[in-house]
Parts: sequence; C-alpha cells; structure tokens
Amino acid sequence: MCVGVQWCFSQVKGAVDDDVAEADIISTVEFNHSGELLATGDKGGRIVIFQQEPESGNQPQCRAEYNVYSTFQSHEPEFDYLKSLEIEEKINKIRWLPQKNAAHFLLSTNDKTIKLWKISERDKRPEGYNLKEENGRYKDPYSITALRVPVFRPTDLMVEASPRRVFSNAHTYHINSISVNSDCETYLSADDLRINLWHLEITDHSFNIVDIKPANMEDLTEVITASEFHPNQCNTFVYSSSKGAVRLCDMRAAALCDQHTKIFEEPEDPNYRSFFSEIISSISDVKFSHTGRYMMTRDYLSVKIWDLNMETRPVETYQVHEYLRSKLCSLYENDCIFDKFECCWSGNDSVVMTGSYNNFFRMLDRGSGQDVTLEASRENIQPQSVLRPCNVSTGGKRKKDEIGVDSLDFNKKILHTAWHPLDNIIAVATINNLYIFNDQLN
Amino acid sequence: MSTAADMDVNMDVNMEARRILAVSISKLYASRAQRGGLRLHRSLLLSLVMRSARDIYHSSSRDSEPHSGPSPPEEPMDTTSSVEPERTVSEPQPTSPSAQAATEEPEAEYERGASGDKENLSPAKQSRKRRGKTSAAPDFLPSKRARLEPGEERYAACCRSGHPESLTSLSLNRVISAF
Repeated sequence: MCVGVQWCFSQVKGAVDDDVAEADIISTVEFNHSGELLATGDKGGRIVIFQQEPESGNQPQCRAEYNVYSTFQSHEPEFDYLKSLEIEEKINKIRWLPQKNAAHFLLSTNDKTIKLWKISERDKRPEGYNLKEENGRYKDPYSITALRVPVFRPTDLMVEASPRRVFSNAHTYHINSISVNSDCETYLSADDLRINLWHLEITDHSFNIVDIKPANMEDLTEVITASEFHPNQCNTFVYSSSKGAVRLCDMRAAALCDQHTKIFEEPEDPNYRSFFSEIISSISDVKFSHTGRYMMTRDYLSVKIWDLNMETRPVETYQVHEYLRSKLCSLYENDCIFDKFECCWSGNDSVVMTGSYNNFFRMLDRGSGQDVTLEASRENIQPQSVLRPCNVSTGGKRKKDEIGVDSLDFNKKILHTAWHPLDNIIAVATINNLYIFNDQLN
Repeated sequence: MSTAADMDVNMDVNMEARRILAVSISKLYASRAQRGGLRLHRSLLLSLVMRSARDIYHSSSRDSEPHSGPSPPEEPMDTTSSVEPERTVSEPQPTSPSAQAATEEPEAEYERGASGDKENLSPAKQSRKRRGKTSAAPDFLPSKRARLEPGEERYAACCRSGHPESLTSLSLNRVISAF
C-alpha cells in the first residue's frame, strides 16, 4: 500500500451547523479488532458505536457503510467533595476488548473512572408468560386456567449497553490512557504520575506499576502523557513523558517498574531552542505498530517512528506541520500549542496518519517516504469523491490551490483519527463531526 | 561593551519575555476556573515557559543594565543546590536552574490536593511511595495550610525560594500588577 492511493469520501456523521455544542465535541475514536464496529466518545460522556453493514452486492464500488449501532451515556459529571473539584464526564479513551463471544466489550474512561461496557444484541424475546400479560401487567390469578411454556419469538433488534465493571478511586490525577493487555485479562490505566494494572474481573483494587511522583511536588519536572501495552508481549509496556522520552518497562523485572528497561529519547536540536521547546517536545501519543517491532510517537510538530531495538534516535521522523515552528508564540497565546494530537498505524504498518489544523490530516507513507495532506470538509462530500491533496504555502509567493499559513483555521483541528485494522478505511474526527474515508476501489 | 544595537535587541527580548510571562500568568489564573480542576501537565508546561521567559528576562536585563542594585543574592539561585539537593541533573538546557517561583505555584496548588490519594491506599498495605525528607506531616493527614489569596500565594512562593528581594519576584509582581 502506498500513499499514491487515492482516498475517497464515504460518510460524515454529526451535526451540520457551525454552532458546536460543547457536549458534542468528539474526544476519542476507536475501531474494534475486526473493524466492524467504530466507537466514538464525546465531551458529554456519551459513546456512539457505528456498525459496518454487511457487504451488499448492489454497490461493489463502495465499501459497506457505517450506521449507528448503539448510543449510550457512559460517564456522568461527578463532584469530588473532598477536593471541591468537578470531575468531567468527557470520554478520554475507548479501548475494545478482543471479541470472545457474541457480545462486544469495551473499556471507556474519563478523568477518574474506567468502565467496562457490554454491548449485546437482543433479537428475541420470551412470550407467553403464565402470570403476566404481554405488556407486563400481572394477570388476575383467578383467570388462569391452563399452564403453558413461554417461547422465544423474534423481535426487532435491540442493542443494549450495560456497565459490567466500574474501576474507580485509583487515580489521583487525570487519566490519559488505558490499554488492554494481550493476555486479555489485564489492562493498564495511566494518569499524570502513575500507572495502575487492573484485572478485568477485579474492581476493588489495582496494582501500581509506575509511580513518578516526586517526594516533593516542587521537584516535579515530568509527567506521563500516554501509555500502551505491547501488542503481543504481555509483560511489556511503554509510557511517554512530557519531556519527550518514552520508557519501556518489563513487568517481570520488578513489581514497581520505576526503573525502565529502555528509554527512547532523541537529544534536542540546539538550533531550535525557544521558549516553547519543552512544550513542543512533549509527547501527546504513543502507539505500537501491529507487529510490535516499532513504536510511533507524536509531539507537537512531528511524528517519529522508533525501532524498539534502538533507543538513541528514531528510525524515521516526519514533519507534520513544520510551518508552525515560526508561529509558536501565537499558538501559545491561543492555547493551540497545548493540543494533543493522536496518531495511528495502517493495518499493515506501512502508512501512518495524524491530524493537524484547518481540518487537515496527514498520511505518511513509510515505504516511499512520501506524504500527503488531505482535508476533512463538508465541501467535498459527494459519495466516493476523491480527496485532493492540500498544500500549505510558507513563502511569500503562494501557488494556486495553496493555502497560506495565516489563513489556516486553528479552531478546526483533527486530534483523533483511527485506521481500520484490516482495510483501508479511516475515521477522522473534526471537532464535532466524524468523517469516514476509504481508498478508491478500482 | 554592549553597542546600541545590542541594547535594542536586549530590549526586544526583554519585552518579549515579559509579555510571555504575563500571558503565562493569565493562563495559570484561568486554568483554576476550568472544569475538572487544575491540569497537572498543562500547569507544568506553563511553569516551564515562565521559567524560560524569566531567565531570558534576567539575562537580558543584566546585559542591558550591568550595575543592577539588589540582584547579587539572586545569582546563587541558578547554580547552587540549596533548594533541591536531590534533584538529578538531566535537563537538556545549558542553564538549568532549580524549580523556582514560577514552577512552585502550580505544584504548591497541587500539593494540597495530592494528599487525597493517600486515602486510596489500604492502611494495611505498605506504601511504596518514596518518603520525602522535607515532608514532616504524616501522609494520611490532609494538608492544613491556610488558603492564601492568589497574589499572596505567588509572593509566598517567591519568598520560599529564599530571595524575596530578587529581581525575579519583583518582576513577576510587577507583571501581575500590570494586569
């Protein structure tokens, strides 16, 4: 697969109007392991799951569409009375569990509490109760003259989401990551200073496996920004920091993994030193490749691919929007410099994707070294219309079809993207809309 | 001997540093009011920017005014380990002052709330957290520090750094009053 592939618009979900309700702001996007389900979480604490319809023979040109499968309120706003702090209901992360039976399970988390949700289908219901009417009212016992066995009859499909576990009271600071282990029994949750290991069946205690809280908080220099389990080594996980380092830890080495096994860090280029060097080197996302050989980190301006066998420097570095380097002061003033962009791998790890501003997102082809900038916009939503590459001009002379850096809309940011694990289908979240694109089928 | 051009550049850098300091302080104030409470990561990044800006302001002020009056006490702040003896030196910057007034504010804020996590530990379980030499109060008691007004807190943080008369605290207070 190379980036010469053409990407086409497939669907867009969400409100059309420009006035964005804060609760509708999408905060996370995640495909499940088969790619059949696509979950989004929003600032209002809701989760919407889309399901890909079975392939229909009518339209071989198109991929099957994603339609709403289930919508539920995952988290509610809470109040910490001890600290007099409100706990936001915003869904920070969703992670699917590998499917083991007909039901689907996912973990969702806000700043403080993780929940395990079971999403199951019901398409039959029992009918013919002896004591109850069909509407649920109890019958007059004296009217019952015969007994019968209730039978299951088909009914309209109902998708139910029920919370099966609630994992709470384990994080003092704000949870930024959850990651399911390859053993399918445990998962980790990470906040700014600590990482906890949970068993999916046990909610009343967890194991603390990383603690970087200094004895004196005035000595604080670094926080944890993201964490993930290795995709096939159940003893290995990584966590990234605000200082631009990624530490790989092995749980077999010690109960408390404060001593990292490896540390991946690239020395800062002294030519680029500025007031904001620390902010832009803070890693906002870390993701293992599907093979587990590589890992990708996203900082404010770049994406770096690391070989787990080499700690000293990344094997590949891609500039996402280098033209912003000279604008850091403005981006600091308007708070954009604090935006946390995520990144993702394609199913075969040959292409990586990440978001930018002006509703641009970037596809970076590792094989050819080529990259392309595409835009998620309602101006181009004809079914299967091909996306045209976008260019940002940095010099004074702007070519046709280029947009100037100062014309970029910094309120339109793509922070969350996801790639179907097995197919060239991508989900790109703008502030409150979800775009689905697929590669052009010939 | 600094030339007039150098003085101009210093002035620009000085102004820029002060502006960034002012912006940073206003962001710190604003972050108190946001839902979900103070974000530790954001507060840390803000404090790092403030520290950089303050250092630049210092060095550019020193360059343009070589006979600064009250500043001698402030020099040791940058190089001695009197403030944090345990700090490991791992920062990439060539000048690496210890965490100062700028960083103390958000951490001071958080320190009050951080003791809440002790309640999550079961009493029977041995805490695996490192005990600080400086923390005298038992971990399981909430901090009983009196709540200061925001301006007072900042000044208190400056004073804790040991140099209340330093240019640092003076400049931060001046910046705040400019608001």
